[in-house]
Amino acid sequence: MIETDILIIGAGPTGLFAVFEAGLLKLKCHIIDALPQIGGQLSELYPKKPIYDIPGFPEVLAGDLVHNLMEQIKQFQPGFTLAETAETIEKLTDGTFIVTTNKGTKHHAKAIAIAGGLGTFEPRKPVIEDIAFYEEKGVEYFVKDPEQFRDKKIVIAGGGDSALDWSIFLSDVASDVTLIHRRNEFRGALDSVEKVQELKHSGKIKLITPAEVVGLNGAEHLESIDIDENGAHRNLKTDYFIPLFGLTPKLGAIANWGLEIEKNAIKVNNALDYQTNIDGIYAIGDVNTYPGKLKLILCGFHEATLMCQSVYNRINPGKKYVLKYTTVSGVDGFDGTRKEAEKAVVKAIE
Amino acid sequence: MSDVTLKITDRNGVIHEVQAPTDMNMNVMEVIRAYELAEEGTIGICGGMAMCASCQCYVLNDVISLERNPDEEAMLWEAYHVKDNSRLGCQIPITPEIDGLEIEIAPEQ
Repeated sequence: MIETDILIIGAGPTGLFAVFEAGLLKLKCHIIDALPQIGGQLSELYPKKPIYDIPGFPEVLAGDLVHNLMEQIKQFQPGFTLAETAETIEKLTDGTFIVTTNKGTKHHAKAIAIAGGLGTFEPRKPVIEDIAFYEEKGVEYFVKDPEQFRDKKIVIAGGGDSALDWSIFLSDVASDVTLIHRRNEFRGALDSVEKVQELKHSGKIKLITPAEVVGLNGAEHLESIDIDENGAHRNLKTDYFIPLFGLTPKLGAIANWGLEIEKNAIKVNNALDYQTNIDGIYAIGDVNTYPGKLKLILCGFHEATLMCQSVYNRINPGKKYVLKYTTVSGVDGFDGTRKEAEKAVVKAIE
Repeated sequence: MSDVTLKITDRNGVIHEVQAPTDMNMNVMEVIRAYELAEEGTIGICGGMAMCASCQCYVLNDVISLERNPDEEAMLWEAYHVKDNSRLGCQIPITPEIDGLEIEIAPEQ
C-alpha cells in the first residue's frame, strides 16, 4: 500500500505544480497517471509546441515546461504510479481514502486531488478482428518499457509524431522495425520526418505505405500480421504490433465515483477551495468546472495552490499556519536540500 | 467590422443560425463552442491544433473551398466518419468571405 498525504490523479502541469505547493506545507504527494510518462497533454499532444501565456515565460515549449515543473518539485520527492488508471475509491471511517488502479495498485491518502485534465487518455484502437485477444500478447498501444522490444521484430502503425519518434527510438532496440501508414505522407516535427527518411535509407527502418494492417495471427501470442498494401494482401512475421493512432480523453472510472459532473467536468466549490461534493476530494485544472471557469494552465496553478491550503487545514485541524513567501522562507526539500535567497550583507562603506 | 451568419446543424440534427464576429481571430470550432452547440468535452479537445478531429464538420454549401491544409488532411486520414466534404472546424477561420456558410457537425469520434 502506497501511503501519502495528497493523492493526485493526473501528472499534467496542474498536478505537478500541486506537489510544489503541498511541499511548502510539508504535505507529501503521490501521482497516478494513465500515461507512461509525466506531463499529460503537454507531453502527449504537443511537446514541441510553444505556449505563450505562462506568466513570466514569453514563450516556452510544452515539453520544457514539464521538464521545468519536474525540476521545481523534485526536492519534494513525489511518488509516481504511471501507466495505470485510478479505478475505484473507498472512503474509510477516518475520512481517508484508498484508491486502487486498474492494475491493483493501492494508494492510501488523506485527501484526493483530481487533476485529470480532459480525462484519461485512452488509445484509439484500429478496427481489426480479434485485436482485443492480442492485447498484451503482442499488441501494445503505448511504449511503456522500450526494453520489452529488445531484439524483437516490431511493426508500428501510424502517421504522426508518436509513430515517427518511437520508430526512431526503437530502431536501436528492436531487431527489426517496420513502419506502416495509410498514406505516403507523415505529419510530425521536421527533424523526426527527416530522421525516419535517413533510417529508411540505411535499412534500419522498413517503410510500408500506403498500407493498412487488416489481420492478426498467432495461437497464444501474436506471430504475424496481414497487410493490405494498395489492395494487395501479404503476411508479415512479427513479435509485436504497436498501433499509434492517437489518444482520446475519457473521464473514465472517475465518472462513477459519485462526483457531481456537469459538461463532462467535475463541479467544484470555487468560492472556497475547489472541493467537490465529496468531502476530501478536490478537482483542479481542466477537469473541473464552476461559473466562469477557464481551462488555462495558469488557472490550474492557482487552483492547485488553494487546494493545498485547504488540505493542510483538513489534515491539521487547529494547527496554525500563515502563508509564507519562498523568497523569505526559502524551500526545504524532503530530501534534505534547502534553497534560500542569498543574505544581504550589513557592512560599512568607508 | 461586421458579423457573419452561419447555419450549423448540431449532432441531434437541429439547425441553428448564428452570428460570429470576424475580428476576434475565431474559427468555426470556437463558434460552435461559444454557442454551446456541441457538448463541452466533445469538441475542440486539442484546442484547435488539428490534432484530434473532434470538430470535424461536413460542409453543406459552396461558400468555402473543400481544400484542406496539410495538417488537416493528415488528421482526417486518421479520423472516423470522414466524407468528401469533411473539414476540421478549427481550420476554418471566421472571415467575411464565409458569410452564409452551412455546416453539419460530424458525430463524436
